[in-house]
Amino acid sequence: MKSPIRLERRLEQPKWLNWAIPLISLVAALILGAIVLLATGKNPWDVYFRIFERGFAGTRALSGSLKTATPLAFTGLCAAVAFRMGLINIGGEGQLYMGAVGAAGIGIALQDQPTGVVVIAMCLAGMLCGALYAAIVGVLRAKFNTNEIITSLMLNYIASIFLSYLIYNSTSYWRDPVSKNFPAGKPIADRAEWNFFEFAGIKIPLAFFIAIIAAVAVSVLYKRTRFGFEVGVIADSPKAARYAGIRTSSTIILVLALSGALAGLGGAADVGNFRQLLDGKGLQMSGYGYTGIVVAALARLNPITTVVVAVLIGGLTNAGFALQGPDFPSGLVGTLQGLILFTAVAGEILIKYRIKANRRVTTAVAA
Amino acid sequence: MGLETAIKMTGIVKKFPGVIANDHVNLDINFGEVHALLGENGAGKSTLSNILTGLYRPDDGTVEIAGTKVDFNSPRDALNAGIGMVHQHFRLVSTFTVAENVVLGESDSSLFMDQKAVAARVKELSDRYGLAVDPSARIWQLSVGEQQRVEILKVLYRGARVLILDEPTAVLTPIETTELFKTLRAMVAEGRTVIFISHKLDEVMAVSDRVTVLRGGHNVGTVNTRESSTRDLANLMVGRSVEFTRVQREVPAEARSIILNVADISASDDRGGIALQSVSLTVGRGEIVGIAGVAGNGQRELAEVISGMRSMTSGSISVQGENVRSGKARSAIAKGIAHVPEDRLHTGLASSHSVEDNLALKNYRTMSRFRILKRKSIRAQSTDLIERYDIKTPGSQTPVRLLSGGNVQKVLLAREFSALPKVLIAASPTRGLDVGAIETVRERLVQAADNGVGVLLISEDLDEIMSLADRILVMYEGRIVDEVPAEGADRERIGLTMGGIKL
Repeated sequence: MKSPIRLERRLEQPKWLNWAIPLISLVAALILGAIVLLATGKNPWDVYFRIFERGFAGTRALSGSLKTATPLAFTGLCAAVAFRMGLINIGGEGQLYMGAVGAAGIGIALQDQPTGVVVIAMCLAGMLCGALYAAIVGVLRAKFNTNEIITSLMLNYIASIFLSYLIYNSTSYWRDPVSKNFPAGKPIADRAEWNFFEFAGIKIPLAFFIAIIAAVAVSVLYKRTRFGFEVGVIADSPKAARYAGIRTSSTIILVLALSGALAGLGGAADVGNFRQLLDGKGLQMSGYGYTGIVVAALARLNPITTVVVAVLIGGLTNAGFALQGPDFPSGLVGTLQGLILFTAVAGEILIKYRIKANRRVTTAVAA
Repeated sequence: MGLETAIKMTGIVKKFPGVIANDHVNLDINFGEVHALLGENGAGKSTLSNILTGLYRPDDGTVEIAGTKVDFNSPRDALNAGIGMVHQHFRLVSTFTVAENVVLGESDSSLFMDQKAVAARVKELSDRYGLAVDPSARIWQLSVGEQQRVEILKVLYRGARVLILDEPTAVLTPIETTELFKTLRAMVAEGRTVIFISHKLDEVMAVSDRVTVLRGGHNVGTVNTRESSTRDLANLMVGRSVEFTRVQREVPAEARSIILNVADISASDDRGGIALQSVSLTVGRGEIVGIAGVAGNGQRELAEVISGMRSMTSGSISVQGENVRSGKARSAIAKGIAHVPEDRLHTGLASSHSVEDNLALKNYRTMSRFRILKRKSIRAQSTDLIERYDIKTPGSQTPVRLLSGGNVQKVLLAREFSALPKVLIAASPTRGLDVGAIETVRERLVQAADNGVGVLLISEDLDEIMSLADRILVMYEGRIVDEVPAEGADRERIGLTMGGIKL
């Protein structure tokens, strides 16, 4: 069997492909989605317009998208930072929970401090909790060569159970004592609430700016510093790193701690900027940690692109909620979102390989 | 011996950005012969064999197999046409058994494989060609030589009539090489064809019927081995006369001042077995000490312990009286120990990184301020070293894995030599290089010694050791078993002690 086309590995990857391919992927997804929509008797143009409208058009839609995008930017960065060194940390979910727990604790405790102090303290607490939680994975990997995929995933479940315990199964510091029948988190102090900034009518959460700063910081860290160089060498060849005298074990732990700190910061943002309390069910249902992995992958592990992709996925998620209704099943929303991810990942291949037509020469093959 | 044409390649052209790897190459290979492909690194041997195995497609030219024109789209097409490749770097799943590896990738393999039938077939093939290997053994339990046999079995199992072996002896001991040659002869006796890619002239002389020499992407001649000589082939290959003779140089009187002192060290190998047992040795200023021995007798571990990549269980190492901390590569680098490891692409270099990053791999720490890298200094160092060490690369941003073997080694040497080391550990520094590159590397080693560096040369190539070293130590099963001055050394005595014979 001879196929008319074949894939050939590109020796060099032209830079323009990095933005052209994702764009083409998006168009391909829209076309595929249109087919699905037509098959279900919907008007694709109409549906796409609504997605655009609810996700990205207008100040309200954009404000909502940024709100969803913010935690995703942090968990995306969490994944990107670790994946860049070949550490598959899928524990962003649990690390975000822990960050939220830490930040909520501080937000409840610091009742009479100025807002600036509380915000900074919450950020630090969130980062510390996320970092420590991820460091468990790092230490296990560095000292005992345990598979980080498994340990980080398992720790997600533990974090989730811990979260439920704090809010639903105990009278912990985090639980609102007034909420006896319907358990909920204790609200943080009024002064602990993070600001929104308005630009041309769009409400941009403070945490989104923090995410941008974090992305730039990560980018500089990996591109310009000794630490980034070391991470790159370890990712390329652990043996070469050992040969060059790079301290591999401590770098593994540090990278995972940094990864966890970013997810933890996302947890702090969720408490401080959006929910104002430790919302167990809310966090568990959002699945920010897992979506963050997709965000990082779509952004090809580039920190700056991660924030951009987070906004895109955030908008898409919001539009999905808006579309759902009696005439529009949630399964169809999922299908459309899935198609976009699918073509994006397929597009990845085209950055590494090129499609070539097979010339029609004699196709005989000797027996 | 049937002389029917098995493979006919006509006017093969393959271009890569900036290079023409094959420039109108014609090649005829008969059934029932061992046909050697000889050439320097970058002469186009690998490209040609990749075209033959369907990995690349030629830009121009035709390939005929047994008289039929073919157009391969994938290695599977080539395999269906009876062409199989035994790669230099094995493609085996180490946790699988021999039999499982042999059937892996078989297109008609069902969900559950018939273990017994496969094992029987593997057994039959291995008996027929003297490829002794246990079908139920797992790959990680096998020696490198046995793993190679599995690779050959894999290809035979799929019914290949033409086998291409890429540098098959690079990983083998002399005894294993002899066995491999017997196997190859047995296969051609049955009418199969073997294409043997190699740099080693004496092996080509020993095993092949005909030799095709490639130089700069051209076929510069196909000769009958019997009517040729090592010297002729070497001339064809490099286009000039090359001779290996003992390098004449004054062993400096200051060699008596010890620069590297290894005292009574022991160490374990990767599996926890004993690799080194109470090894003591010294290297003087400007002295080249050669370590001879069959691969796998602790040489690699010795190099790793001295360069701080492996911890020692006892003993001590010092450079000019200063102790090197056990298992701390950074300490070894700081004390002036340079290391050219055996595995250049994955230990000595970060192969996906650029030339410039690799040149800075050991001194990037000094090229930073407040932990921020000084890119300008790194680039300047790279430009300077590329020029001084004549590294052929499209640019300092090119990943080293895209360079040819000789240039890869030049990057490594440039970095290690430019650090002005006191001690240099060189493990098989010329292995896999072409004649021209070998010369350069050897010159550099002698030059370093002339400048007062103490050189520890570890090599399985006895000729290399005898021509370069001032003193020869022989390693066997993790111990130094003999020591002789290189001047007038008795090859037979070294050969015997390498083989574990006590004198």
